[in-house]
Amino acid sequence: MKSNFFEVLRPGINSTFQDLGRENFYHIGLPFSGAMDNRNYLLSNTLVNNKYEAAIEFAYQGPLLKYYGKSTVIAVTGDVNFSITKKNKKLINGECYKNYVLENEDELDIISTNKSVYGYLSVSGGFVLEKILNSYSTFSRAKIGPFKGEKLFVNQKILINKTSNFKTQKKIKYVNTKIEYIRIIKATNFDFFSKKAVENFLNKEFIVTKLTDRMGMRIKGPIIENIKEKNIRSEGIVKGTIQIPPDGDPIIMLSDHGTIGGYPKIGVVISADYDKLVQLVPNTKIKFKLVNLSEAEKIYEIYRLETDNLINQIK
Amino acid sequence: MIKNILNLGDASIYYDFGEQINKETNKKVISFFNSLKKANLEEIINLTPSYNKLIVSFDLKKTNFIELKKKIEDIKTSNIDEKKNKKIEIPICCDEEFFLDKERLIKKLKLSAEEILEKYLNKSYFCYMTGFVAGMPFLGDISKELRTDRLKTPRVKVPEGSVGITEQFSNIYTFESPGGWNIIGKTPYKIFNSNNKANPVLINPGDNVHFFPISKNEFLKLDEK
Repeated sequence: MKSNFFEVLRPGINSTFQDLGRENFYHIGLPFSGAMDNRNYLLSNTLVNNKYEAAIEFAYQGPLLKYYGKSTVIAVTGDVNFSITKKNKKLINGECYKNYVLENEDELDIISTNKSVYGYLSVSGGFVLEKILNSYSTFSRAKIGPFKGEKLFVNQKILINKTSNFKTQKKIKYVNTKIEYIRIIKATNFDFFSKKAVENFLNKEFIVTKLTDRMGMRIKGPIIENIKEKNIRSEGIVKGTIQIPPDGDPIIMLSDHGTIGGYPKIGVVISADYDKLVQLVPNTKIKFKLVNLSEAEKIYEIYRLETDNLINQIK
Repeated sequence: MIKNILNLGDASIYYDFGEQINKETNKKVISFFNSLKKANLEEIINLTPSYNKLIVSFDLKKTNFIELKKKIEDIKTSNIDEKKNKKIEIPICCDEEFFLDKERLIKKLKLSAEEILEKYLNKSYFCYMTGFVAGMPFLGDISKELRTDRLKTPRVKVPEGSVGITEQFSNIYTFESPGGWNIIGKTPYKIFNSNNKANPVLINPGDNVHFFPISKNEFLKLDEK
């Protein structure tokens, strides 16, 4: 019996396999990694009746893939332009949050994300991959992940698990709304910064710069003046931590961040706002809003319920 | 022993062991880390020990700051396990090409390049922790005369194998990564190797590391990358 697979005709700019992330390796310096936009990762899997299989995460321009094998079902999530060219040359414009049947020799072209960074592609049954250190996630900097931690490459053959366990014609209405504020909690060095700096940080606009990737996001706005110590003893950091290096321009740590850092931390983005944060493209203006821990926990609960509701709508 | 417990964001606990940075404080951090590791709580998704802090990251779907903090209070900290630590010799090439912050350090430290290297190479260093990028060792303490702050704006890319110094510490960039330490040389050794599943990290907390100088030719011969 022949296997089902994708052939990569064009890999896209930054296409990697991702899942929920890699736990319990911070202490040797391995970041959590995993899908940047967790909700969209879960939705793409749910649309093809998977649970936590690896999805292909792409940024800006996605891959062009040719499918070989028995009919299967795929779904794309995010805000993404994509199309499917059938073997008979018929072109179908793709809609996100809807699943599609792929047949032998169909081509799936993930053209680009639209005013957002990341999108996800899932296939029913998932890809045939080996877990590395308990996860399918790719951490390309340390070459950890399926296919030796490499990003997708031309002529790569990606095998797909056989399954008959798919449901066709699943669709939900979901819009990736833009966020007005990125909500943060005060971090451990909040009092290192001048009153003016804190005021600026919480009231002025910042711009997302091009120096943004899976590891971190550098933003630019008023200089955040440190009046205590410009460096601290290197210590652990977590996803969403906002560090202020001595030049006063904030850096937000994202999923592939260094596990330890020596710059003072002014805040941490709340878990509920992380998916929206990572989707901000360079030159987007952002503002921060301070919340306390119990508010952050309540907002997370709402985020979680919304995600569960979307998943239940598909099932 | 723990001086302060705070939240870092909404999904981690920050244990502060006090301002003193020395082997004694660090050993307390490591033993608390080992105890939590042994307890193997399913809601904990990461533990990050450093010189004087331990950060416990948890799954916000399963617990929250107050609940987990209480649960951890009941875990007994085991005694420091005094396993034998290794002495490791690491080659370093301080050729012009790899000594990226030579001019900055000469100016900041008011020492010649030769004096800087002599003071750096004649000591062996204790490994306090590993991290930042996979397997990066944080070594100390370097000579008082070599201590200076990080770069004002971190480099976007520090080459793999670069050896850096800042304050009382030294490190090795195990992968190309952004970073703000003052770079004095480069090692040809691969410090982190994920193919070695049993022990992917060459230098572990508690080990002693000594650097020995090599020429550019020797560097090229030994280069594992």
